[in-house]
Amino acid sequence: MAEFRLPRNSRIKKGKHFGAANGAANVRRFAVYRYDPGTGDNPRLDTYEVDLDSCGPMVLDALIKIKNEIDPTLTFRRSCREGICGSCAMNIDGGNTLACTRSIESVKGDVKIYPLPHLPVVKDLVGDLTNFYAQYASIKPWLQSRTPPPPDQERLQSKEDQELIDEPAACILCACCSTSCPSYWWNSDRYLGPAALLAAYRWLVDSRDDATGERLDELEDPFRLYRCHTIMNCTQTCPKDLNPAKAIAETKKMLAERKY
Amino acid sequence: MSLRSPLGRVLGSGTAKDGTSHWWGQRVSAIALVFLGIWFAFVLATMTGFSHAEAVATIGRPINSILLLLLSITLAYHSYLGIQVVIEDYVHSPGLKLATLLFSRFTHVALVAVAVFAVLKIGLNA
Repeated sequence: MAEFRLPRNSRIKKGKHFGAANGAANVRRFAVYRYDPGTGDNPRLDTYEVDLDSCGPMVLDALIKIKNEIDPTLTFRRSCREGICGSCAMNIDGGNTLACTRSIESVKGDVKIYPLPHLPVVKDLVGDLTNFYAQYASIKPWLQSRTPPPPDQERLQSKEDQELIDEPAACILCACCSTSCPSYWWNSDRYLGPAALLAAYRWLVDSRDDATGERLDELEDPFRLYRCHTIMNCTQTCPKDLNPAKAIAETKKMLAERKY
Repeated sequence: MSLRSPLGRVLGSGTAKDGTSHWWGQRVSAIALVFLGIWFAFVLATMTGFSHAEAVATIGRPINSILLLLLSITLAYHSYLGIQVVIEDYVHSPGLKLATLLFSRFTHVALVAVAVFAVLKIGLNA
């Protein structure tokens, strides 16, 4: 059955508190999910008081400050700090987003930070994305063409054709959308999830790709595609303002038009 | 514990090459139910305070009998498709899933049989 309550060893306990340094004037409290599989302990919620006067404006700045100055054991992924690598995707203030593009100021009250929902947790804020990446690989995210490329130039696209893939190709695979989707929570073993389906759509509408039929064949499945129940959490949460829900709807439309 | 590759697990037994007719059927029956539902609400409203004989006479009118048959069948079909999705979403143990899917199918067919029989009995005797 679907699980509506966390297993006993995953329930979150109260954690440690790290107070602000003396003399800090502009203090903000961060409540951060901590889990270390090596210890056998339950996950806990540690609280850190951070002096915002000596901290950058984004949630990621605060996490880096915590790791550098308060608690070096805190574990999280980050790389580009400008919203293009997708590494620092996490659940902040109840919504999945990128820590590097979410400002501390935009959060009311304590800043609550958890890993992306419903993933196996590797450590602290790091979720296991193995299945997510395998799903992306399964949709064959590369050009499949039976037309030989022109000998002296690249494969051409019209401006209109290019515009069709502009938005879906801007996905950074941060997994915010898929892990915000209840249908993906219950059936991520068989449902591909919004990120992989958005990537599939990007190739379905690519004018240079000749495998549209085969791609649709691979998607036409009660679980792979049709577990999408148009909940639209994916579109609401996407930190790049993309629209996976629309891409999935368009894919369903393509399948219906092919059949009826 | 299995050492099957993550990609192998995702690809699983391949695609069922199905699902579009289910999705389409749900939408078509929903559109039909909008019209049938409005009609049914309207007829129910006009029947307020009817005696048993008056109610039977109203249902027995050919147009009402036919629409009531369509409503019963479409509603059961739509409900069957929807409940199937709910079961597939939430019930994951294979035995229980098969059992609940069978129970749902039999129940819906039985409900249609009862409804059709009742409407025909009134409609053909009127």
